[in-house]
Amino acid sequence: MTVFDRLEAIFPPDRVITDPVRLRTYECDGLTYHRATPMVVVLPETAAEVAAVVKVCAEFGMPFVARGSGTGLSGGALPRSDGVLIVTSRMRRILSVDLDRRQAVVEPGVTNLAITEAVRDRGYYYAPDPSSQQICSIGGNVAENSGGAHCLKYGFTVNHVQALEIVTPEGEIVEVSEDDFGYDLLGAFVGSEGTLGIATKITVRLLRTPEAVTTLLAAFENIEAGGQAVSSIIGAGIVPAAIEMMDALAIEAAEAAVACGYPPNAGAVLIVELDGPAPEVDAQLAEVIAICVATGSFEQRVAASADERAKIWRGRKSAFAAVGRISPAYIVQDGVVPRTSLGEVLAGIDALQDEFGIRVANVFHAGDGNLHPLVLFDDAAPGEGERAEVVSGRILDLCIVHGGSITGEHGVGVDKARYMPRMFTDADLDTMQRLRCAFDPGGRSNPGKVFPTPRLCGEVPRVRKGSPGEIF
Amino acid sequence: MLGHTSVTMRDGGPADAVGGQVPRWVALPESVEEISVVLGACADAGLAVTPAGARTKLCWAAPPERLDVLLDLSAMHDVLEHVAGDLVVRVQAGIPLARLAEVLAKAGQELALDVPFPGATVGGTLAAPSPGPRAYRYGNARDLLIGVTVVLADGTIARAGGKVVKNVAGYDLGKLFTGSYGTLGVIAEATFRLHPLPADRRWLTFECEGWEDAGALLRSQLEPSAVEIDHPAEGLTTVAALFEGPAARDRAEAARDLLGGGELRDDAPSWWSRPPGLPLASLRCHVAPYVPEGVSVRGSLATGVYLASGTGDLDAWRSRLPADARLVGLAGDFTGDRWGPIPSLPLMRRVKERFDPERRMSPGRLAGGV
Ligand SMILES: Cc1cc2nc3c(=O)[nH]c(=O)nc-3n(C[C@H](O)[C@H](O)[C@H](O)COP(=O)(O)OP(=O)(O)OC[C@H]3O[C@@H](n4cnc5c(N)ncnc54)[C@H](O)[C@@H]3O)c2cc1C
Repeated sequence: MTVFDRLEAIFPPDRVITDPVRLRTYECDGLTYHRATPMVVVLPETAAEVAAVVKVCAEFGMPFVARGSGTGLSGGALPRSDGVLIVTSRMRRILSVDLDRRQAVVEPGVTNLAITEAVRDRGYYYAPDPSSQQICSIGGNVAENSGGAHCLKYGFTVNHVQALEIVTPEGEIVEVSEDDFGYDLLGAFVGSEGTLGIATKITVRLLRTPEAVTTLLAAFENIEAGGQAVSSIIGAGIVPAAIEMMDALAIEAAEAAVACGYPPNAGAVLIVELDGPAPEVDAQLAEVIAICVATGSFEQRVAASADERAKIWRGRKSAFAAVGRISPAYIVQDGVVPRTSLGEVLAGIDALQDEFGIRVANVFHAGDGNLHPLVLFDDAAPGEGERAEVVSGRILDLCIVHGGSITGEHGVGVDKARYMPRMFTDADLDTMQRLRCAFDPGGRSNPGKVFPTPRLCGEVPRVRKGSPGEIF
Repeated sequence: MLGHTSVTMRDGGPADAVGGQVPRWVALPESVEEISVVLGACADAGLAVTPAGARTKLCWAAPPERLDVLLDLSAMHDVLEHVAGDLVVRVQAGIPLARLAEVLAKAGQELALDVPFPGATVGGTLAAPSPGPRAYRYGNARDLLIGVTVVLADGTIARAGGKVVKNVAGYDLGKLFTGSYGTLGVIAEATFRLHPLPADRRWLTFECEGWEDAGALLRSQLEPSAVEIDHPAEGLTTVAALFEGPAARDRAEAARDLLGGGELRDDAPSWWSRPPGLPLASLRCHVAPYVPEGVSVRGSLATGVYLASGTGDLDAWRSRLPADARLVGLAGDFTGDRWGPIPSLPLMRRVKERFDPERRMSPGRLAGGV
């Protein structure tokens, strides 16, 4: 029997895709310049079906790749032309909501926003809020340990997932929970980018909606002044729900795309959102405005209503897509630097723009030093794409040199695997590989992602250093 | 001295025993490299090693099956890097949390972990976590850990994470090692995200009979940092909620109005963040738990994570708890199964086999001989 026979025995015909035209729908994720046509796509509806496919892959020694909504920006869900793509889009049920325990249990294909929508009218929400939240799946969020604008105060996906049901690369269905005594396997699985198995059930923490939310837009002459305001806010012991910054080029793009109406002539804008108990928010808002004024902000707007708040956020949330208005093509970069190095790193990016004649629009989660430089280029101009690639890579080098990271939320995927050795030693990567081998000794779960050179899971060789007698 | 190196070694004595096992040697490394040298030598000699910090929890969980070398990290007690502007600190694993708190307080900052066991070190708190009251607001040790340096059984030095709060590059080995009780390797250095010290702290306490769920408080928008219960074997139960921040007092008062009573105080009740006594068990239960006669329970109504004390049969108690509750015997004498169900145990075993194939790192400290 062939793999196709086996899969057709597990699934009804409409849930096994082999038609080349339909397969093309799945050939890339949000990082569109990496493409591959999967050998076959399956659309399971239960954990048992996921386990059955994974077992078939084990039997035939074939790789498999999980896919949620395909919004990933590092090529994590890039299929294998010699493997099965397991798509969770039919696993969209919210299984339970328990507000006394403040938790929900959902299937992996449920969108991030759908969880909040299910409990919002009862005064609860799910905190991590990636900008893609209307589309991206919670399974994808778990795999990427996704963040969002509000993770400065509330943390990332890993801080909000309490238990998982996973299908291991061997095809077993196993529960991992924060209540398990022993290794934090839950924490190790979150952010593993589909390389340790497939999450089939996710228990998330729900939070009570804060009593008050207020959003401030502050305009500055330049990005340095904005950065100074960020440092002073943090230095004052305030932890806003979000602090976002955009530079002039990003503002120009957002204006062109959604007419967000940010103050004209601003060299940088800062969006500061405070939330919590009302008396606390009031006190902190006054302090934040004073800090912005003291650091040179020439205009401050406070959203008085939910509408006005949405309007302030519209410019920021549309920023990635918006640069399409001012540039034929662009690369979305994702790097992190210690907040105190922001100034130096931005100066470094400026220097790169001059050196390579490439424009970079800066949008970032300023509170936690997570930069999203948008590297603009004209794909019709010879050599520009290559130069943009170089600039984009050099930005990551800047992040590493300043003690930061090559990715804050978009993941390593296929895109940045080659940068991993710049951040980690061979010993670090080999140690991570031990975890990989514990879960996936056959190396079949999303191979080729995250790690630069796949290693086989054999015995770990040990170098003898001397005889016992000599040492003790 | 160890061989040709300068690592300090001494003979082990009864005071170094772990669960009745007296180590033959005690090693006192002063750097990551020295830990690596010791572990490399132990690998060559086939010796079993147990890492130790302040030794407050060495008697927790099961004793190691074998023990040749106690790796005492008390000489690794330094703050390596504290960048106040980044709210990040990097420390050696042997530093006591109390000492770290003093250093950070000078910059108006804190590592938002409560320390139920005085003297406890960073390394011990990661390897054998015991959540304190404010875990509800700030998370557990694993949530505040952003980078780690570990040394494996064969002497390999590996780092994961980094010194930025937001970072998804590579596997999070720090989390993997959290709760590992020395069975995967040695946690040598750790980097944490910090929080500003709150401008003010207020507690609201009230007494009640039997169990109390404080549901009204948890459903409110008053955002307590912690909601703890002290349910003694005999006498009245006390509930205490902590409010932090510039408006802590207003919020504590609002909470009192909401609950229709209670006492406001500017210091913690005496039992706050203190274990209830021996024998000690860890209870995780997300609904009001059944509590047997003679057992006292302390912990968080907000997270459902408690410490319990009292003699008794763990199996009997477990049978009266919901299926997803967890009851584990930590320290002291118990009857019944110490561990109870751990669904992910088969995976833990495989991880152990990859990290410590020769079973020399604190073998058997965890369930199933892990
Ligand atoms: C416009 C835009 C804005 C974005 N903004 C943000 C942002 O603010 N913050 C942020 O963090 N990210 C952001 N992203 C990136 C992306 O949305 C997230 O990474 C998201 O979590 C991916 O979810 P997905 O369902 O689309 O996953 P996919 O792209 O389908 O898959 C992503 C990875 O997860 C794996 N995977 C999927 N499902 C499972 C499962 N059930 N079990 C195991 N592995 C699985 C895949 O194999 C792949 O490696 C943005 C993307 C876009 C296009």
